[in-house]
Amino acid sequence: MSLSAPQAICARIRLGYPGFSLDVELDLPGRGVIALFGPSGSGKTTVLRAMAGLERPPGGFLQVNGSIWQDDTQGVFLPPHRRPIGYVFQEATLFSHLDVRQNLVYGMERVPKMERRVSLEYTVELLGIEHLLMRKPGNLSGGERQRVAMARALMVSPTVLLLDEPLAALDLTRKREILPYLERLHDELDIPMLYVSHAPDEVARLADHIVVLDSGRVVAQGPLTETLARLDLSIQLGDDVGVLLEGVVAERDQNWHLARVRFPGGNLWVRDEGRPVGHHARVRILARDISLSLYKQEGSSILNLLYGHVTDLVGDTHPGLLLVRVQVGESPMIARVTRRSAAALGLATNKPVWVQVKSAALME
Amino acid sequence: MLEPSDFAAAWLTFQLATLTTLILLVIGTPIAWWLARTRSPWKGVVVAVVALPIVLPPTVLGFYMLIAMGPDGPIGRLTQAMGLGLLPFTFWGLVVASTFYSLPFVVQPIQNAFEAIGERPLEAAATLRASPLDTFLTVVLPLAKPGYLTAIVLGFAHTVGEFGVVLMIGGNIPDKTRVVSVQIYDHVEALEYGQAHGLAAGMVLFSFLVLLLLYTLNPTGRRP
Repeated sequence: MSLSAPQAICARIRLGYPGFSLDVELDLPGRGVIALFGPSGSGKTTVLRAMAGLERPPGGFLQVNGSIWQDDTQGVFLPPHRRPIGYVFQEATLFSHLDVRQNLVYGMERVPKMERRVSLEYTVELLGIEHLLMRKPGNLSGGERQRVAMARALMVSPTVLLLDEPLAALDLTRKREILPYLERLHDELDIPMLYVSHAPDEVARLADHIVVLDSGRVVAQGPLTETLARLDLSIQLGDDVGVLLEGVVAERDQNWHLARVRFPGGNLWVRDEGRPVGHHARVRILARDISLSLYKQEGSSILNLLYGHVTDLVGDTHPGLLLVRVQVGESPMIARVTRRSAAALGLATNKPVWVQVKSAALME
Repeated sequence: MLEPSDFAAAWLTFQLATLTTLILLVIGTPIAWWLARTRSPWKGVVVAVVALPIVLPPTVLGFYMLIAMGPDGPIGRLTQAMGLGLLPFTFWGLVVASTFYSLPFVVQPIQNAFEAIGERPLEAAATLRASPLDTFLTVVLPLAKPGYLTAIVLGFAHTVGEFGVVLMIGGNIPDKTRVVSVQIYDHVEALEYGQAHGLAAGMVLFSFLVLLLLYTLNPTGRRP
């Protein structure tokens, strides 16, 4: 499976209901987490359902890993139960008449033995549900149910895992409980995961690739860090505008419980979350947490000062605000400042500035 | 105090109700499935036809069944052409009539159960490689079990209790069409109150036990 072509999923989906139309063309990579991101009503769930065959958009085309699942010009439509997918619904949708173990093997038993690549033991261990096997779904917490649903989807040895907002129905505590397992899936599985979400923090934490949908159209698609750093898209994210930096933990300061993350272009001190030195780290910096200064400000509480130069300025949603893109080494950053401050500082393309990072969050 | 003819009537009633219930489960399941899932404009018509026996006086239903099964009726012509003869005043005539008469009591609980399951478990099963038939057998039927239990009890009990339809179609022929309800009526007509009591009390006890069994197996409160 690791040999899959870089553009493993090609989809063309068009649908029209009164008051809603969907027209989407996607070229997605064959591995990693691909986030389908957008506000509710943007059509992301419909896209996912069409991939599963639960929806049949007329005139649609869908090719996954070289095999055609739907091509209406040829009259080809693979029904959902013939597609090698795993699907996790927003509500876990476990079968209430079966216990957890029976739920888990339900799909696996229907896959020919030769095509099974996932064992019950592996899946159960991966999602930490050993102790739940004999229980009925009605006796599980929301988070446990969702973990079982993910395990059940994996048990069919899918070539694509489709997740429809698996955390949306959970409260914050349950979300925190599940996220590490999702990260494990990301790290352990060599198959693409399509992850529908409207929560920017989930996307920032999990995704490698992002497709931004709005009103049934693809607004942007590409690798996550690149796409998030695009100013034209930033406006749509509102308060969640920000960049992601990929780096490694370079040093841990035991005294102050801080970790230094080295990224292409500099270093950032963040809270030490226990990640060992040399480990990969993803850091998210929101635009509202960055301020700009013409001089290196000493005597402030801000830990992270980075030197860069302005590459772009764009008006924000509010007429009083601007989004400023600053290049720090090889990494772009986005700052949100008022137009008045921008004028006072004389911000313009190529102007050198000091970037003051008020807070940066380690995402994984 | 009960005579052999009373036991014969009870045995006949049991056979009639069992057979009718089995036939209704076979016929009722596809009708209920279709009604639970269709968006056809004909749904209303079918629902109304299925529900008719609830509101019609049994004598009206029995009268038209008698005509339909008679020598010039559509069912009568069919049975004659098939070499089966005529159905009125036979046991099988009662079975056919009871099937129509008890149809809504079997279809409606099953339909409600199907509707309560909703679309999601079916979709989940499809994404787990189950074909539609497989899904029906391994997901829908087990989840609809409470509805089936209700349907069986109601279909059986309703057939046991019918009187007007039986009189119209079957008359009162010992061992062929004389069921318990008719037998009780005969006893009362003949002022044999003791025997009427015996059978009637038996029916009360039977009905109570059946309902008790139903609610024990199928409590309405949600169990996790």
